[in-house]
Amino acid sequence: MIYLTRRATFSASHYYWNPSWPEEKNHQVFGRCANRNGHGHNYTLEVTVAGEPDPVTGFVVDLKWLKAVMERDVLDAWDHRHLNLEAPEFAATETAATIPTTENLAIAAWKRLEPAVTVAGGAQLSRVRVYETPEIFAEFRGPHEQVFVRGVDYRGEA
Amino acid sequence: MRASFGRRYMVSASHRLHADALSPEENRAVYGKCNNPHGHGHNYVVEVLVGGAVDPETGMVVNMAALDEVVRKRVLDRFDHANLNLDPLFVNQAPTTENLCRAVFELLKDAPPTGELERVRVEETENNFFECYGE
Repeated sequence: MIYLTRRATFSASHYYWNPSWPEEKNHQVFGRCANRNGHGHNYTLEVTVAGEPDPVTGFVVDLKWLKAVMERDVLDAWDHRHLNLEAPEFAATETAATIPTTENLAIAAWKRLEPAVTVAGGAQLSRVRVYETPEIFAEFRGPHEQVFVRGVDYRGEA
Repeated sequence: MRASFGRRYMVSASHRLHADALSPEENRAVYGKCNNPHGHGHNYVVEVLVGGAVDPETGMVVNMAALDEVVRKRVLDRFDHANLNLDPLFVNQAPTTENLCRAVFELLKDAPPTGELERVRVEETENNFFECYGE
């Protein structure tokens, strides 16, 4: 099995806000990220697919194809966009929202990419990693992995 | 205690992606620019990850100089500043980075003086890389 990874970058703005919480709690938990005017990042999207190299072409998948899928299914929707306002998976109602954290971006990118990779066959989506800054990234390896639920009121001194 | 030690090496090499089983038109369709008959090159980064027990006397999983030496002999001397298509390994398979990655893993499988080879990663450009765990 070979694991092939392709990188792409996109730039987007966002803010963190849970509409089911009072304003005060949003500021307490999310700090500067709760500024409702938003802020932005240069993100890096890293997509890993796993499979056997084709005996004729030597490819697990065609990198041009993977680039095109990443552009069509993720970058076209997120690049130079406001994620809270323009990406449908992060649209908030008055009481609920999927907040565009780096964690949720990794999960959402997986959901966007998984159908095309599965339909193409020959390889499976193995990992999606999203860097928010060079120092921070979140990765998602699929919904089959065990999920640990933790409370959100953990903010504080390390 | 177990730990992993990683080391990165540079290999500059040329290749041409071409499959004898495909027609010239199919080769151009599949490989695009990479099918250019005269070839092209990359600065590959070969990352070698060795895992094992940390020796209590040396504090090392593997001696870096000894690892460098065997990687140089088996991989760098063979592929650096070479044309990959002319290597016997790529007579019957295209020198894609998938195949190069697996070939490097096989060449280094029993190479670490201590510990075991856990993973080989080959970066073709800063935007794509390939990993083999020997599966």
